[in-house]
Amino acid sequence: MQLIQILAIIFAVFAISRVILQVRANAMSRDSAIFWLFIWIAVILAVVFPNTLGYLAILTGVGRGVDVLIYLAIIVLFYLIYRIYVKMENIEREITTVVREIAIIEREKKEKKVKL
Amino acid sequence: MDKNDIYVVVPAYNEEGMIGNTLKKLKDEGYKNIIVVDDGSRDNTYNIAKEEGVIVCKHIINRGLGGALGTGLKCALEYNPKVIITFDADGQHDPKDIEKVAKPILDENYDVVIGSRLMDEKEVKNMPKIKRIGNWGLNFLTYLMGGHFITDSQSGLRAFSYNAAKIIMNQLKSNKYEVSSEFVVLIKRNNLKFKEIPIKTIYTDYSMARGTNVITGFKILLKLIIHRLV
Repeated sequence: MQLIQILAIIFAVFAISRVILQVRANAMSRDSAIFWLFIWIAVILAVVFPNTLGYLAILTGVGRGVDVLIYLAIIVLFYLIYRIYVKMENIEREITTVVREIAIIEREKKEKKVKL
Repeated sequence: MDKNDIYVVVPAYNEEGMIGNTLKKLKDEGYKNIIVVDDGSRDNTYNIAKEEGVIVCKHIINRGLGGALGTGLKCALEYNPKVIITFDADGQHDPKDIEKVAKPILDENYDVVIGSRLMDEKEVKNMPKIKRIGNWGLNFLTYLMGGHFITDSQSGLRAFSYNAAKIIMNQLKSNKYEVSSEFVVLIKRNNLKFKEIPIKTIYTDYSMARGTNVITGFKILLKLIIHRLV
């Protein structure tokens, strides 16, 4: 086994342990935990059995196993960026809702001025 | 027409130069129910509006035109008005035009009326060419994104009936300039009875420097697409 393979496995195991810790601490939802576990287990399998990537390459018609990995990585990255964008959009709207409520509750009423 | 049935929403962001004048003109025209939404201005806008004795909602941070208009509509709805008007703070509208856009709602059962700066041939000439092209582009874009094809989708002078304001307020997503187009999309989606009415525009150097430019146009396009996804 090459050194790079060992390093990759150690890193993947470390990442899995983080995911499990975060689920235990209720800091991560079950859905995203399953997603990340799936990703990291796939990484370990690909590292331990590099030939599977070769089969995948032949299956998908892409030249080399590593290329399949890179294509997959780009797709996953795009998906993650999309999710972050959606989340940001929602957070923006929630901030507006909060700012709006404060503005309306604390509004300067003209009636108040008359009483003064 | 009873002007007490009408609430005028004026969104303002760093408008200390014009807001006082705009509010005075509105009051001179007989509109007592005015709601200024100060969208987190860093200048004196808030204090000037407060001195005019109108209702002032203050955003603690800047949220953009859409956020401010949403706040204005929501605040106005609490007073159960028959008509809610949106009116730009920069002095480009004539307060006399409010009557024109409010009338179809009070008398003819319309839900939403938008004041168009581009319906009158003479008025069109007043609008600088670049603005006219940009405006046409945004009108077309608004149509593509599911709105009506109208002559002035970016106009700041609009009138809503109480029910229309309620429906639109509950569905409004926009934070920024894309709100003008979103209004038109929501009008069509909810089958609200709608028409455009020609209004006057007062172009000053002040109001020219503000408003939408080409980059904002592209941002509006992007946001409208995102609205369909999220």
